[in-house]
Amino acid sequence: MRYLPHCDQGIRSMLDTIGVEKINDLFSGIPENCRLPRDLELHAPLAEADLQRHFQALAAENSVDDSWSRFLGGGYYDHHIPAVIDHLISRSEFYTAYTPYQPEISQGTLQAVFEFQTLICQLTGMEISNASLYDGASACAEAVLMALRCSRKRSKVLLSRGLQPRYREVVMTYVRYLDVELVEVPLAADGRTDEDAVKQLLDEDVAALVIGYPNYLGVVEEIESLSRLAHASGARMLVAAAEPLAMALYRSPGEQGADIVVGEGQSFGLPLSYGGPGVGFIAVRQKDMRSLPGRLVGETVDKDGERGFVLTLSTREQHIRREKATSNICSNQGICAVMVSIYLSLLGKNGLPQLARDNYSRAAYLREQIAVLPGYSLPFAASVFNEFVISCPRPASEVLQRLERDKILAGIDLINDYPEIKNGLLICVTEQNDRAQLDRLVDALKGAAA
Amino acid sequence: MDFPEELKYTEDHEWVLPEGDLVSIGISDFAQDQLGDVVFVELPEVGDKIEVGKPFGVVESVKAVSDIYSPLAGEIVEVNSDLPDSPESINTSPYRNGWMIRIKPDDMTKLDGLMDASAYQAFIEQE
Amino acid sequence: MSAIGSKGLILNEKLIFERSTAGRCGYDLPQLDVPSVEPDEKLLRDEIEGFPELSEVDVVRHYTRLSTWNYGVDSGFYPLGSCTMKYNPKINEVVARLPGFAHLHPATPDHLSQGALQLMYDLQQALCEISGFPALTLQPSAGAQGEFAGMLMIHAWHQAQGNKRHKVLIPDTAHGTNPATAALCGYDVVPIASDGVLSVEAVAAAMDDSVAALMITNPNTLGLFEPNIREICELVHSRGGLVYCDGANLHALLGICRPGDLGIDVMHFNLHKTFATPHGGGGPGAGPVGVCAALEPFLPVPVIMKEEDGYRLVTDRPLSIGQLRTYASQFGILVRAYAYLLSMGPQGLKRATELAVLNANYIRARLEGSYHLPYKQRSLHEVIFSDADLPNDCHTLDVAKRLLDYGFHPPTIYFPLVVQGALMIEPTETESKQELDEFCDALIAIAEEAKSSPHLLHEAPVNARTRRLDETLAARKPRLRWEKG
Repeated sequence: MRYLPHCDQGIRSMLDTIGVEKINDLFSGIPENCRLPRDLELHAPLAEADLQRHFQALAAENSVDDSWSRFLGGGYYDHHIPAVIDHLISRSEFYTAYTPYQPEISQGTLQAVFEFQTLICQLTGMEISNASLYDGASACAEAVLMALRCSRKRSKVLLSRGLQPRYREVVMTYVRYLDVELVEVPLAADGRTDEDAVKQLLDEDVAALVIGYPNYLGVVEEIESLSRLAHASGARMLVAAAEPLAMALYRSPGEQGADIVVGEGQSFGLPLSYGGPGVGFIAVRQKDMRSLPGRLVGETVDKDGERGFVLTLSTREQHIRREKATSNICSNQGICAVMVSIYLSLLGKNGLPQLARDNYSRAAYLREQIAVLPGYSLPFAASVFNEFVISCPRPASEVLQRLERDKILAGIDLINDYPEIKNGLLICVTEQNDRAQLDRLVDALKGAAA
Repeated sequence: MDFPEELKYTEDHEWVLPEGDLVSIGISDFAQDQLGDVVFVELPEVGDKIEVGKPFGVVESVKAVSDIYSPLAGEIVEVNSDLPDSPESINTSPYRNGWMIRIKPDDMTKLDGLMDASAYQAFIEQE
Repeated sequence: MSAIGSKGLILNEKLIFERSTAGRCGYDLPQLDVPSVEPDEKLLRDEIEGFPELSEVDVVRHYTRLSTWNYGVDSGFYPLGSCTMKYNPKINEVVARLPGFAHLHPATPDHLSQGALQLMYDLQQALCEISGFPALTLQPSAGAQGEFAGMLMIHAWHQAQGNKRHKVLIPDTAHGTNPATAALCGYDVVPIASDGVLSVEAVAAAMDDSVAALMITNPNTLGLFEPNIREICELVHSRGGLVYCDGANLHALLGICRPGDLGIDVMHFNLHKTFATPHGGGGPGAGPVGVCAALEPFLPVPVIMKEEDGYRLVTDRPLSIGQLRTYASQFGILVRAYAYLLSMGPQGLKRATELAVLNANYIRARLEGSYHLPYKQRSLHEVIFSDADLPNDCHTLDVAKRLLDYGFHPPTIYFPLVVQGALMIEPTETESKQELDEFCDALIAIAEEAKSSPHLLHEAPVNARTRRLDETLAARKPRLRWEKG
């Protein structure tokens, strides 16, 4: 076996040093009645060449290849990934390292994560970011738990119906056996969270109001006035961004009064990879620093006074506070956070806003074309970013099926999550969709109307 | 290690100093030594009621966290507002600058149940 | 000094923000071939203050230099106890990047994602066979989330039976996630004392009809197999509870013992430990969970089903605990783990366990005369020493820092908590006798230094990128982001 360096002679001499006859003697601590009396029934081992062929065949079973036009978003976005990222994270000093518990030989990871924390703060307009969480949905759930912790006696959380439906479900899973009430806030006719409903639902028992940025229907929310309402009743404003590229274009949640901002960083240089690994982020205000879940990297100095970085404020975490910890999480998305840092550094202050503008323009172009197609309409009037909903002349599933024949994945059918939207289809446009693809989609939609 | 005679001590390593009808509370020299460099202190608010044996605050070092238990029931009348900015006082001056709270006990006679300096010293040697 | 640590040019590097030069950009956007449209001005933000401006070369140099300040498994021996830092095969990185996987959007319809679904299904079946559980979810993002899923399923099962139980028993050797997870599931934690291994009597004394579950780790954090595990499971079951097993140390059991056969009801895997996916400097990992038949209806959704016309993701499961993440799994990690499984085959996996145990016991035999060994029982894949015998105010931390000077990553230190000053060594099977000997020689030399020249330990490290860092300062005056100076 190519990964095992032992030879018979070496094994013999090791057994002699230990003072046992054979390897099996080392397992004497496992009682006979706990042993597996047979061999495992698994596929025989594959040599590297065979393995590669097997995986190529499996990958080819995924019928959608790069010749398809894809307009899928909904929380995972197909942005172009600069070649630099994969080259840099393939340096095995990064990807084969463990958590930086020995800071003197982990300054690479620590500084990169410190930079990640800073970049997330700058983008979200917030004061403190952690070293990342699993993904957008679980980050949202952790943030809800945090808001409940911070407000002590409050036990209600308002979730906008515009919040990514999976985020809502994951929040539900996380609070399943805690004494917490989740209340859904309806959407207004323009696709934004209904402010009047928020006013009615906010009371002194509400710990947080949670809304999307943009929301799942692609719509840009009015965060500033919602923040004011939340704060007036003593609740925290929690903003969840499934497509944080929008923050390079629109006013940041931080400048609009958010108390906690979470999101999914996959848009920033991570492959789609069938939904994972992604990278969740959470950014908060200074006042809530000690309630923050997850790892944090902080700046300090070494014995000679040189700048260095360490994991810090770890008394919040499970290995010290055990059942009183701020979360049970004991990892972050390490290498994925580094990927985000590399991506944001490459695009930077000049590139990222321009990319966001281009995404906006491409989506706007497509949206205008579809708006005038007979049978199709745009149900929501509010501003959008790179994603929007259309109403189809027939069930979206039929339209999607029809377009598959032309190698187009036109979007996400909203029938299960938003049955109230008639034949709703969620379409996403990024810089990966050129004009030819957009025009072809419009033609195909026209054809599918009949 | 220093254990002033005028103080009373608890098995949870707090000290108590009677001052008229009020008492001050902090943690002992032994406790701060066990914790190591204190980096953060969380204290209750003035007006809070505290109960015997219930935690009223938290002291954190880099790698440990410790609840501070109240040896007496009563109401908080003052907290050491310098501590959050200079938690190191708990290490450098546990009995003076490192005091944590001042309370008005419901029953002063409960103080009699606590250890004096020599009893406390014997107690920690046993531990 | 038998060190492998030596001289080498290490370059300085500022923070990325300090490298920034106005006007630079490291990425060219594709030609905008549609009309440029202005969004509503009221909604727009100003420039992103502080964001860096760099060329592609700047960025490449920056991260390349940072990487040289790190130590990975590819750099050398990494014997972190309980973390299973084995070699991460390179072909796994290649197959995870195949465009058919990497470019697959998670909302792609099932009939167009059959390859990905088949891979997940096959991995699921293989993990069931390895662990002895009839059902399994691949969804949890890491071991801690797997634990959370497992305990939620236990809670849901009790609820479905109409049981109102509010306590969870956890041995004192447990990892801190166990109590944190139990609390997150609304349970009160009751610690039980163990003497190296858990006795039936200790569990019996704590087990009553308010206890929902026992959480154990097997082999436990001392590297010892729990010999009473079958009796303990029977006891807990007979009093209406379930048994959760933390699978962090499954690596010691592959092909030798299946936790599902012992009466355990739920167990999570750590694919980043047992199945060789890279640790990534802290993540991502993956924490699949195997369950007994009674818990199958409670698995998180979506569940992968194999049907006549192919594989399908099913979400309509009324008893499910719900969903734990945005999409079905850390798929890229699953691809790597499955590639590892296929490379090893059944004999290879068993051999890996045998050699991991051999390596740990070899280290134990070589170091026993130089360091204090608190538990004498035959340990499996890891071994724990302590600093009890070290003279001259030398402690575990000093040994760890001195090991850096010798060129090795130190073992896990100060865990488990039941051993004061613990040094927890897990070599894994991918280290040769030569590597182990170099490491043992270094540790023996350090034990000698502790006697003859303790300042070498107290001053260490001197060869690393930095000297010891001031963690007290970091915690007292937290600086968690760069600010323009």
